[in-house]
Amino acid sequence: MSWEAVIGLEVHVQLAADSKIFSGASTRFGSEPNSQASLVDLGMPGTLPVLNEKVLDMALLFGLAIDAEVTGHSVFARKNYFYPDLPKGYQTSQFDHPVVGKGHLRIVLDDGTEKTLGITRAHLEEDAGKSLHEGFGGMTGIDLNRAGTPLLEIVSEPDMRSGTEAVAYLKKLHSIVRYLGISDGNMAEGSMRCDANVSVRRSGETAFGHRTEIKNVNSFRFVDKAINHEIERQIDVLEDGGRIEQETRLYDADKNETRSMRTKEEADDYRYFPCPDLLPVRVTDDDLQRLRADMPELPDSKRARFVHDYELSAYDAHVLVAERAVAEYFEATVSAAGGEAKLSANWITSELLGMLNREELSIEHARITPQQLGTIIRRIQDGTISSKIAKQVFEAVWNDEGDPDTVIEQQGLKQMSDSGELEAIVEQVLADNAEQVEAYKAAEPKKRKKMFGFFVGQVMKATGGKANPQQANALIEQKLEQ
Amino acid sequence: MAIDHTTVERTAHLARIRLEDGDAEDLYGRLNEILGLVDQLQQADVDGIEPMAHPLDLDQPLRPDEVTASDNRDKILRLAPAEEDGCFLVPRVIE
Repeated sequence: MSWEAVIGLEVHVQLAADSKIFSGASTRFGSEPNSQASLVDLGMPGTLPVLNEKVLDMALLFGLAIDAEVTGHSVFARKNYFYPDLPKGYQTSQFDHPVVGKGHLRIVLDDGTEKTLGITRAHLEEDAGKSLHEGFGGMTGIDLNRAGTPLLEIVSEPDMRSGTEAVAYLKKLHSIVRYLGISDGNMAEGSMRCDANVSVRRSGETAFGHRTEIKNVNSFRFVDKAINHEIERQIDVLEDGGRIEQETRLYDADKNETRSMRTKEEADDYRYFPCPDLLPVRVTDDDLQRLRADMPELPDSKRARFVHDYELSAYDAHVLVAERAVAEYFEATVSAAGGEAKLSANWITSELLGMLNREELSIEHARITPQQLGTIIRRIQDGTISSKIAKQVFEAVWNDEGDPDTVIEQQGLKQMSDSGELEAIVEQVLADNAEQVEAYKAAEPKKRKKMFGFFVGQVMKATGGKANPQQANALIEQKLEQ
Repeated sequence: MAIDHTTVERTAHLARIRLEDGDAEDLYGRLNEILGLVDQLQQADVDGIEPMAHPLDLDQPLRPDEVTASDNRDKILRLAPAEEDGCFLVPRVIE
């Protein structure tokens, strides 16, 4: 019996505003507890919330980026529940008139398959404070600095069919919010938080199965693992004749399992109603026009342009555009490398991103500039250095040993261009390895290829890698034929 | 539309309102009177009328994204029955 998983994600994105959604308190991370809790955030009598215009712009910009219905009319509502870190007894959110309506985005999977996924809505809301359960002698400490921090909750359609697709969706959202500059998307600091709704059904069925909600799966890797684990768990339960309870489950990364948090028997009843403290929000066509004009080139169009203009493979383009800063680095490198796009792409996707990954640095902290990398690529192109030596130059620049040309000059890394000098070295190598030369000459042609490589290796060793490989090959071949 | 005792008790629970013995009976009657008025309102013909989100026919004013609030910590913590290390203290809550 085969099964199909149905997955939808709810993603909370913290918007990168300096002040809170409804108050003038700072949103800075890591300040002293309660030093950024204003009277509005605390819900003190006599205070009134006023919407932050930048937060609204950011939500609208997101709506435009996912081709969503942006009606220009939205309403804030109160979501009522009691918890000590929610000082007002309700969260100001949006219910039946969200700021962003139906939209969609495209994902590309590792095998190159593309899929369009629906986004149901995105709405603005305020974050709650933080409850600290440790270090207060059996009590709970409440820090309300986070209360009122602007969030955009993005709800997807149940369009995903595997953990892999869910990760691709999340990565795409991450990419879009960073391109738009509306969030830093930092999952470790909670700027992007993900809840997953998961159900399974027998292949071919159209009705959805009972779903569970997995809370707070807060890294790309855990989203994949938590969802796949939950899919397997549900299939096991159903195949054993059991039934899935609609419930909230928590993912435990250490044990790689999900466990029940609370059943939804007493389904949350939030008694939403329009917030009387806030008026309906109206956005004019002029506002939308202004935002459209500010819209940066987004990953999808950038990818298409890279494939078209630079003749990159779809895969390379996909890797390069995921981060706006990487895409910009690439374009600057190409121009410094005299238009050499393919080599630039190769160097960035393998050497540079590999190095950043090993050193756990972001591209902003790369220790080689696009101009320097472009120079290295030009030096490969004009035959000054070989690709192999280029890697050495790359590392030298990375380690602050100077600009590429200085490094090449000072460390004597230029390829040997003098064929007389190289010829002498080749002759010496062949003379030193007379036995191998005899063996080569006696060998069958098909075995010769591997043996030939030995001589090339010896010549490279003797020249410290500075021999031009084509030239060396030609000379060795010529000498061996004699 | 009318509600029963269970709904009254459930609503009270959701709103964290403690009902004494006999309160539910009293509230049950009064709430149903109010709901009777709501029923009457619902008979009004509202075809073609856009639902109203706010009684004032105004749009939400916006404020620039600027930090204007200052640190009130000492003042607000003084209002709390218990505090420690800058945090409000409440009975332990953990799910």
